[in-house]
Amino acid sequence: MKQLSTKVTSNGHGQDSSYFLGWEEYEKNPYDEIKNPNGMIQMGLAENQLCFDLIESWLAKNPDAASLKRKGQSIFKELALFQDYHGMPEFKKAMAEFMEEIRGNRVTFDPKKIVLAAGSTSANETLMFCLAEPGDAFLLPTPYYPGFDRDLKWRTGAEIVPIHCSSSNGFQITESALQQAYQQAHKLDLKVKGVLVTNPSNPLGTALTRRELNLLVDFITSKNIHLISDEIYSGTMFGFEQFISVMDVLKDKKLENTEVSKRVHVVYSLSKDLGLPGFRVGAIYSNDEMIVSAATKMSSFGLVSSQTQYLLSALLSDKKFTSQYLEENQKRLRSRQKRLVSGLESAGITCLRSNAGLFCWVDMRHLLDTNTFEAELDLWKKIVYNVKLNISPGSSCHCTEPGWFRVCFANMSEGTLDLALKRLKTFVESTDCGRMISRSSHERLKSLRKKTVSNWVFRVSWSDRVPDER
Amino acid sequence: MVALTAEKQDQNLLSRMAAGDGHGENSAYFDGWKAYEENPFHPINRPDGVIQMGLAENQLCGDLMRKWVLEHPEASICTAEGVNQFSDIAIFQDYHGLPEFRQAVAKFMEKTRNNKVRFDPDRIVMSGGATGAHETVAFCLANPGEGFLVPTPYYPGFDRDLRWRTGVNLVPVTCHSSNGFKITVEALEAAYENARVSNIPVKGLLITNPSNPLGTTLDRDCLKSLVNFTNNKGIHLIADEIYAATTFGQSEFISVAEVIEEVPHCNRDLIHIVYSLSKDMGLPGLRVGIVYSYNDRVVQIARKMSSFGLVSSQTQHLIAKMLSDEDFVDEFIRKSKLRLAARHAELTTGLDGLGIGWLKAGAGLFIWMDLRNLLKTATFDSEMELWRVIVHKVKLNVSPGGSCHCNEPGWFRVCFANMDHKTMETALERIRVFTSQLEEESLKQTKPMAAPTMMAKKKMCWQSSLRLSFKDTRRFEEGFFSPHSPVPHSPLVRAQI
Repeated sequence: MKQLSTKVTSNGHGQDSSYFLGWEEYEKNPYDEIKNPNGMIQMGLAENQLCFDLIESWLAKNPDAASLKRKGQSIFKELALFQDYHGMPEFKKAMAEFMEEIRGNRVTFDPKKIVLAAGSTSANETLMFCLAEPGDAFLLPTPYYPGFDRDLKWRTGAEIVPIHCSSSNGFQITESALQQAYQQAHKLDLKVKGVLVTNPSNPLGTALTRRELNLLVDFITSKNIHLISDEIYSGTMFGFEQFISVMDVLKDKKLENTEVSKRVHVVYSLSKDLGLPGFRVGAIYSNDEMIVSAATKMSSFGLVSSQTQYLLSALLSDKKFTSQYLEENQKRLRSRQKRLVSGLESAGITCLRSNAGLFCWVDMRHLLDTNTFEAELDLWKKIVYNVKLNISPGSSCHCTEPGWFRVCFANMSEGTLDLALKRLKTFVESTDCGRMISRSSHERLKSLRKKTVSNWVFRVSWSDRVPDER
Repeated sequence: MVALTAEKQDQNLLSRMAAGDGHGENSAYFDGWKAYEENPFHPINRPDGVIQMGLAENQLCGDLMRKWVLEHPEASICTAEGVNQFSDIAIFQDYHGLPEFRQAVAKFMEKTRNNKVRFDPDRIVMSGGATGAHETVAFCLANPGEGFLVPTPYYPGFDRDLRWRTGVNLVPVTCHSSNGFKITVEALEAAYENARVSNIPVKGLLITNPSNPLGTTLDRDCLKSLVNFTNNKGIHLIADEIYAATTFGQSEFISVAEVIEEVPHCNRDLIHIVYSLSKDMGLPGLRVGIVYSYNDRVVQIARKMSSFGLVSSQTQHLIAKMLSDEDFVDEFIRKSKLRLAARHAELTTGLDGLGIGWLKAGAGLFIWMDLRNLLKTATFDSEMELWRVIVHKVKLNVSPGGSCHCNEPGWFRVCFANMDHKTMETALERIRVFTSQLEEESLKQTKPMAAPTMMAKKKMCWQSSLRLSFKDTRRFEEGFFSPHSPVPHSPLVRAQI
């Protein structure tokens, strides 16, 4: 249809992918404990629904913020008129301090370097507009969040070149994979403008190690390109390790206030840590003044509602609340993740050992008929339509190995999670593979394949990982 | 200071989009904003400050809004009355938007068009304000290098909203004061031809109705001719109706939605409306923009693009409750129109008394003031000179017509709905003083002059006698918020901690 742009007529929005199709199926038949107990359980949605009670109780104790008042007086009129794209100063200050708190106050964030955006969706797109010309490329480690295909490429014309990561080392980023991706971009005649990582990773649920972060910083230094670190899950780190941000690494390498630091940008959002995706609060943090300036102007296309800025500046300025929240949030996530992992194990399924995020990266390679993506899709369809669980197939995340699935655990009640695990166990036991597993259900799972293709390691061996330095 | 080499290197690391001027904020017209930011008027603390008359905001009914919010705590998901909905709303990020929000907005759009048309809630697509809506529509309808026709004068923000990140061109349709700046078919055809000659494939025509900066509304015949023109050319018609409810007095607003019902064989796939609550309801801070398209595919894709600028669910919930209160909405619209009419009359009566002309119009939050007779020469340089005097000497920030791409120098957009009555009085007094100073200067001349020559003397006199003087740049400590910015946004709004 020539009357519409190619952005409309093409599939650049990426929503024909199975990631989104699963959602559509869920919408047709959503599970409800009472009204639709046989409906589909949504395990494809990375949402944090575990801590609303904490926020609600804060609201009850803070009536001024709750009713858009200041010292008992309504400030609705002023909020209604506030559309300054620099954002509310109190809000940016509170965001900066919250980001610092998440990083153990080891690094500082300057509120003036924060640019607000309508969710990290908008933040990532805006950064692309600022850093890449149409046809330029960013390198992304696989597997990655399916939404990036839309957010980074659709309207910007930028390209993504994958950095292939494999299960053989727990999907860690290696130097050779980085170099290979860089060469691949050149072969495709694409100019590489930077690397984008999600840390902690979606869909892996693991935080990047210090070794990987050092590698990335060294790489972008040598190639004179950018590094975007999407740290949207930074507050969901529930493992006993500390979350290491790229900002930590810049500090430790004494690269603060250098040319390199101007090429390192952090993307953040309150959608995952606080469980507020509906409020559309995203942020870009950059040490480059020109980027801050350009991105600020671009934020006109997606400012944060003043009503929301006001509420959240009050919430995040309450340090007693934020410290209690972060601790409790992490505790609940850890407990929920453990529940999922042990439930899966009893069905003979393992996952990548995770320490962050709202999901697990689940290994179902042993349930595939063949080691192919067709087989993965077949398995996925069975799980969606027969088992009635919406989970995300690894191929939708550009994983190079078939058989991995992202399964979310923080967007439902414990009861619903238990039911989902029960359904899955029943399904697995009904397959040939499942029957084999149930015979040795107390054994630790070894390499167990139905058919061809070599070199499967059924469980990621953590002895391969370089121990984190502190 | 960044070394030149390093800075140049830095620029290469950024996209051309980020390093360039496409945002439009390096224009000389931002001097007016800077003057205001450095010395903003306050009736008590800074009575000699610059009065902001360049900001098209509707602040006249904020009291009604505040009262409603206080009386309806259940409209907030944070109060005791509304917190039971907190978690459901907080996780709601479906780009279809809350159904009750869309229904309420559709109903409001109907009311502001005197219930003459129906709007389908399923065609309502959210965006980050009208700013986001325009960019989304441009992304949907045009490829880089293609263009939209836009009648002049037009809202300066379009240069950024429609072009910056999209790569789309704007081709002016020149309108003249000789016929009250009406859009003629001849002007449309001329613009279309210009585009063709410049190798810019035209994809659509963008109109703002009621007009910014003119404040005029398009009559039924004109709208029909625009629909016919665009249909015949097979191009889109985008109607920005952001000022729909700001008509007052005898003025009637006719929406393109109404007119397409009356045009036989209208291809509705080419018809789109941009809307927002920023002007009609005075809520620019809540960022409620709407794309309403009659083209199913555009609705579908614009909805996917709305992920880049969804309306906060907290705001959707509030707006859904507020706009569902039909009694409140009816009363609000009624009172808003009355207050706009009164404030408009205050300004125009004052200007009439001073012999200053303005384009007769009955909508919008501004008037289109005629100062052509004060220009030294009929040039934009002269307009800039006069404008600087108005900003720095008379201390009124108004928008010069050149910034709106007007083809004739001497016109200025002057906003009236973003201030209280006392500030309006002060502004009028300053204009009175300015014009009487011109009179005095011209009377100091040797012989009595005939009126036209007296006007000529006035022109020369303001040049020589009214020297520009700049106030010292003390910062003005306001209360909680930094000064709000217009769209386009001021680059110098200060952050206040």
